[in-house]
This record gives sequence, C-alpha cells and structure tokens, in this order.
Amino acid sequence: MATTVKEAETTPPRPTVKHGLAFLTSRLRQIGIFVALLVIVGLFQILTRGALLQPDNVSNIIVQNSYILLLAIGMVMIIIAGHIDLSVGSVAAFVGAMSGVMIQDWGFPWWLAILASLVIGGIVGAWQGFWVAYVGIPAFIVTLAGMLLFRGLTQITLENQRISGFPTEYRQLGGGFLFPGLFPADTNILDWTTVGLGVIAAVLLVISQLRGRRTRARLNLETEPAPWFITKLAFGIVVILGLTYLLASSRSGTPIVLVLLGILVVVYSAVMNNSVFGRHIYARGGNLQAAQLSGVNTKRIDFMLFVNMGVLAALAGLVFTGRLNSAGPGAGNLFELDAIAAAFIGGAAVTGGVGTVIGAITGGLIMGVLNNGMSLMGVGTDFQQFIKGMVLLLAVAFDVFNKRKASNALK
Amino acid sequence: MAENILQMRGITKTFPGVKALQDVTLEVARGEVHAICGENGAGKSTLMKVLSGVYPHGTYDGDIILEGETVQFKDIKDSEHHGVVIIHQELALSPFLSVAENIFLGNERARKGFVNWNETNTMATDLLRRVGLKLSPTVRAGEIGVGKQQLVEIAKALSKDVKLLILDEPTAALNDEDSAHLLGLVSDLRAEGISCIIISHKLNEIRAIADSVTIIRDGRTIETLSLHDGSVTEERIIKGMVGRDMAHRYPERTPSIGDEVFRVEDWTVHHPQEHSRVIIDRAHLSVRAGEIVGIAGLMGAGRTELAMSIFGRSYGSNISGSLYKNGQQIQAKNVGDAIRHGIAYATEDRKRYGLNLLDDIKRNISGAALNKLATRGWVDGSQETIVANDYRKSMNIKAPSVAAVTGKLSGGNQQKVVLSKWMYADPDVLILDEPTRGIDVGAKYEIYTIINGLAAQGKAIIVISSELPELLGICDRIYTLAEGVITAEVPIADATPEYLMQHMTKEKD
Repeated sequence: MATTVKEAETTPPRPTVKHGLAFLTSRLRQIGIFVALLVIVGLFQILTRGALLQPDNVSNIIVQNSYILLLAIGMVMIIIAGHIDLSVGSVAAFVGAMSGVMIQDWGFPWWLAILASLVIGGIVGAWQGFWVAYVGIPAFIVTLAGMLLFRGLTQITLENQRISGFPTEYRQLGGGFLFPGLFPADTNILDWTTVGLGVIAAVLLVISQLRGRRTRARLNLETEPAPWFITKLAFGIVVILGLTYLLASSRSGTPIVLVLLGILVVVYSAVMNNSVFGRHIYARGGNLQAAQLSGVNTKRIDFMLFVNMGVLAALAGLVFTGRLNSAGPGAGNLFELDAIAAAFIGGAAVTGGVGTVIGAITGGLIMGVLNNGMSLMGVGTDFQQFIKGMVLLLAVAFDVFNKRKASNALK
Repeated sequence: MAENILQMRGITKTFPGVKALQDVTLEVARGEVHAICGENGAGKSTLMKVLSGVYPHGTYDGDIILEGETVQFKDIKDSEHHGVVIIHQELALSPFLSVAENIFLGNERARKGFVNWNETNTMATDLLRRVGLKLSPTVRAGEIGVGKQQLVEIAKALSKDVKLLILDEPTAALNDEDSAHLLGLVSDLRAEGISCIIISHKLNEIRAIADSVTIIRDGRTIETLSLHDGSVTEERIIKGMVGRDMAHRYPERTPSIGDEVFRVEDWTVHHPQEHSRVIIDRAHLSVRAGEIVGIAGLMGAGRTELAMSIFGRSYGSNISGSLYKNGQQIQAKNVGDAIRHGIAYATEDRKRYGLNLLDDIKRNISGAALNKLATRGWVDGSQETIVANDYRKSMNIKAPSVAAVTGKLSGGNQQKVVLSKWMYADPDVLILDEPTRGIDVGAKYEIYTIINGLAAQGKAIIVISSELPELLGICDRIYTLAEGVITAEVPIADATPEYLMQHMTKEKD
C-alpha cells in the first residue's frame, strides 16, 4: 500500500485513454446515484411514451414527493449520526392536526399557526432527543414509541375526525405556485418568474463550482481534469434549465415548495459540510469514542439532531396538510419508511458516518419517479411495493459491493 | 526428559512491513507447564495464534509438530479438534448465557438439532467440579466474577478433550486468591497429563509453577531455561527479556527542562462497572515543561486507565484526587474541560479511539480544535486544508493529499494524523499512550523525533509504553506502575531495564 501512495505522489497521472477510463470508473462510483436517477427517468420516459416528462407531471412529481424529501433531509442527518427515526410520519400527522385545531378551533391566524406548528415540532424533537441523548435509550426504541405516541395524540387531537377547509395562505406551502396570476393561463408564453429562478440557480451553480475549483487549485488539492469538470458543469446546467423549461411550460409555474426545498438543500448541505455542528455529526457517526475523546459533546449533537428532525417533520406535516387541504388521523402513514429508504438509496451507511443531503434527495426522487412512472403505466400498488423493495435492497447491495471492492483493492 | 508433545520449528510470520516472528523454535515436553516470557510486542501472542490456527497454515512459514505428527491447522476449530485449546486474555464468555451453555457453545450436547439440557447440565456440573467450582451450571456467566469465569473457560477447554492448554495472561485480571486457585488447578491438570503453555508477566508465578520457560524477544527465541533446580532467578529471566542493543534507535536530544506544568495527586479510580474495584490506587505524578516523562507498566497495570481518567474522566467511576496545572488546582470533569485546560491524550488504540477512519486526513486533524477554524459556527474549509497540508509536510504523512481517507493509511501514517490532531489543539500537556504500537522501525524513529520536537517547544510530555527500551531511549524520568500503584520514580540516569522490570512486576503488599 505504501508503494502505491508513493507512486501517486511522485508521478501525476498522465491523461492517457487508460487513465481516463480508470478515472471515469472511479467517478462513476461517486455519481452512481445520479446516473441511476437519470436511467430511471429515461426508462420511464420510454415506457410511458413521454408522459413522465410532461410539464404538468414533472410539477406533480415534485409536489407529491416534497414532504418525503423534507423528511429525508433530516433523516439522512440522523442516519449519519448513527441513529434512526421511525416517528416522523406520526409527528408530521400530529403537527398537521395541531395546526388544524389552532386555525379552526382556536382561531389563530395562518402565520401564527405555522410558526406555532414548527415550535411544536421542535418540542416533540426535544422530547425524543432527551430520551436518546441524555437517558441513553436507542433511537430505534424511542422513535418506535414516538411513532405510536404521536399517532395516538393525532387521533386524540382530531377526535378521529378530519379537519378540512384551511385558509388559502396556509395552503400555499403545500399546493401553491409562485405568481400564478402573472401570466394568462391560456397562452403558451413561458412563465418568466420560473425562467428567472432557473437562470439564477444555474448561474449560482456555475459560480460556486468555479470558485470551489479555484480554491482547490490554490490549495494544491487534487482537482478534477478540466474535461470532466466542464462536462459535469454543463450537465448540471442542462438539468436545471431543462427542469425550468418544463415547469415554465406547465400550467401553474414553480411550486412554492420547490423553492423551499431548494433553499433547504443548499442550507443543509452547507451545514453538513462547513459548520462545526455538521462536522461533529459526521465525527459522532464515524467513531463515537474518537469524537468523545476529541472533546465533542456528542449528547448535545444527538439532542439537536432530533430537535431539527422534529422541526422538519412539522414542516412536512404543514406541506402535506396544505396540499390535501385536510388534516386526517391517518395522515403521514409510512412516511418514515420512504424517508429512510431515500437516505439509504442515496448512499448513507447503516453504520453511520457516511451520507449526504443531496444523495438523500436523489434517493427520494428515485423513489418518487418510480412511483409516478409505474402509476402512469397502470402498475398496481402491489407490484409497486415489490419493485420499490427490490430497488432499496439492490441499491444498498451495490453500495456494499463497491465498498468491498474498494477495500480489497487496497490489500 | 519426556517426549515432546509439541515442537514448533522455524516459525516465521510477517505482517505488511513488520516481521512479527523470525525463525522461532518452541519445544514443549509432554505433561509439563511451559512458560513463555517476553515484553509486550515480542511476539508471544502471535506465536500462540499461529499454534492455535488463528493464523491458518500457509500464512506463516515453518512446521508445527504435535505428538510427532506435522499438523496444518485451517482454523481454531481444527486445532481444538487436535486437542490444542487457547484461552485468551480477554475472556470470550457470553454474559447472558448460562455457564453450561457457555461451556458447550459451538459444541452443544444435542440430538437431531435439539439441545439435551439434562446431559448439558450434568456434564457441565462434572466439568465444573473438576476445575474446583461449586457453582450451578444454570447461573448466567455474567453474574460470576472474573476468576470464576476464567475457571469456566478452562472447564470449556476440558470439555473438548484438551491435550495442550494455552493460557494467555490467565492471572492478569485476578486477585491473589483466585490466582492461587487457578495456578493450583494448572498443577492438577499437569498431574492428569495435560500439558500447558502459560504466557505471563508475573515472574514469581512462573517460577512457582512452570517446569521450563522460553524467552522471546523481538520475534525470536532467545533461550529456553529449565526451572527445576531453582537456579534461575527472576533477574535472570528479566535479563533475557530486555537485553538488546539500543544504540541508534533513538534520536539525539538535549533536554531543556523548565518549571512544573502538571501534577496529579492522590489519584484513585474505580472500575466503571464494579464500583468497589480499585483500578488506580492513590497515584501521583508530575511533569515539567520540556520534560518527557515515561510511565512503564505491564499489560493490565492500569496505564491507559490512569491516562484516560486524567483526561476528562473518560474512564472509571468514583474518581478522587486532584489535578494541578501550573500550580493551580483544576477541574476536568469532561474531555472538553481537559482540552480547554491544555491537556491532550493520544490514544493507544487509534482505530477505536483516535480516528474517524471514514473521514479524510484534514477533517481528522482539525477534529479536536475545530473551533480554532470556525467563526460563528462555520468552518473555514480553505484554512483547514492549509493547516492540514502544513502538518502533512512537517510530519511527513505519506498520502496523495489531505483529502485521503485515514482508513486507508498505514499504521505509522495514521499515528502521525493522530499526533497532528493533538498538536493542532496546541496543548501544554500531551499524554501519549503507546505512541509507536504497531508501527515499523523507521516510522518509530520519526515519531520519536516529533516527540522530541514537541518537548523542545516546551510542552510537558507523558509517554506510556510497555517497551522499556523505548522509555529508556526517549524519557527524562520514568514512573513504574504495577496493579494501579506507582511503585517507583527514577531519573533516566539511574534507570536500568532490570530495575524497571522489578518494579513493574511488584506485587501489591
């Protein structure tokens, strides 16, 4: 092993075809999840004869899966730290129910109800975080109990009745679109708000990537070969602008929840990569004892993670309730499993210490596209369940296989 | 002398970069108790792993001849089938299973897949009686003391028709009474014709029970001595264990020692679970600026426990005593406190306690002092890379870049990452626990140079090691630790391996 390291140090790889191929295969492992998403999108685009990428359907996929993606952000953080949260579906339902009670029974204005709901989510998270971090009960047990607890509380709060008829403002979060009235619905002109947002997103991507590359070069870190970098960047731009085009030509424009998701993905990715808190999460999950012996307050990290998960679950509950315009006693059932599956398909490790927010989002989208594509094809939910199960199993198996290959290569 | 039950000839075992055993020879006569002595890291455990099939045939060179026949063990089961049973220092009983279940674990008394509990329990009772245990076989293994667990292990070995029993440090965790009982049992087994190999640091025990002793040093057999006539003294054995050429293995250094920086007084620590068991007993030590102080102790003496309890009470319970930093008493109730008071502890087990093996070099280096790189909770990634690159160069960490994952580095390079992490935390007191364990000779020299450099910067350094030459080579002053008690303090000028080993093997009064 020592010799290979030395070689890499003294002779920089020459850009031959062989090296290029080796580089591509090593990169493919890292971007495998994105490739998988593309392949699945392509596959269903053909199988559904173009129905999948119809503008309205794309908009639909995003809105339909938005609450799972919100949950997946918090879930992957919990999984990176080496825990699990089985309660998020029940918590989302409970918060949705509470918001309904606040608006309908207590006469809260919509904005106060939303704020109070997020606070309730935080308190629920603090409750679970307390048991996990300070009492030392495994998260699996605490959140299994939480799943029952908050499902029960949901039903108690709602007295097993559905609450419907939420104010329009409240429903924007789940079902709203940006400036829907800006352009007449009967014209085919692209929605300029959407185009504007898309272009801004693309420009931000280019700037951040270029800056990152310059910094890496300045610090003598490995930089990717220029052709690869440009391909990657161009590809990112195509995806963003393509999505922009589709949304802009859909009936209603940009879903508000997409903007919310976009902001959260960027913020949470930054938190996980660049904040002390995020670093401590990886350290805690990668090696608990080493983290403790480095002075990391791991109990506080665990506690904060669950508070954060509670707030995100509350947000998911608000989006879901707003979209359906209804808070029901059975809402959010099995959301936790979709969020967990998204994190693991997205490359998180069962043992903790590994995973990314963007990976979990991609994993969630894979599940979403599978659902939507199969529904469009008229596949029954029975087969859908079966196929989703296989996808989860194979995705993790692929990951395990890759890791084993990588570690064998070392010997 | 009687015929040999075991002959190991020309055993050579190499690990990547390290020759653990070189042409080792071992002969054990039938029905004798044969002791193996050597410092930690001399290769005793490796030899026993070769013998018991942990390292299967083909991964080492040389021959094992058991009862006149050459044997090639594939795994532990294979060696046990031939009557060779090893009992490891870390007991391998499952605490939640009954004693009887433990005895027959993997060897169940069963008919057609169903356990015959009557047979299991009656046979277990017989075996327990044979090892002198009056114990119900249905008691859970976790509920009995360490001494009795050790005897249960032996009962387990007897259930497998053992011919050659290997005991690795059997009395290290036992009190005197349990030790005496165990050694008595070994004598009884000898009378029944069972041969025994016993690895022990307790030389008085070896002299009391063993028929002969083989000394291993640096992966080679040094000599085999017969203990029958009593002419072989403990000093004679110690000489064989430690005597070797020490020149040029340690970098030159002129110490410049300042005022006292750190002092520990009356430090008593109890076992984390068994709150009445004393692990460290009224220990005291001090270290001055620019000084390298050694703590010499054998395995199980409490070295790591002492260090970790000082470092923010990360080991033990009911800790009492006081810590002084620059003459002022300090409280370090958790690791964060200890780090803030300028204390650092680099662990002996870097994979378990030192590194996040999943993460890269730079994030490991910044791990203990991330706040130095952060403003309002956000880490300056560029600065982090610059810092890590500086350490990569100055510490000569061999890796393609600081973005390389630490799990893929060699032991020496991993150790340099651990040291970098604590150097970046910039402590005043640095406790290094076995800083060169599992590292090849060249890298050791580099690590010593780094330690000297830190001392030259005025840091107070405590080095814990079981390798005496290492301590004698780099320290200014050495404490010896035996069974949780500081038994001696000696300036380097007066320290000899024999003197240290005497105090390291000192029994509690």
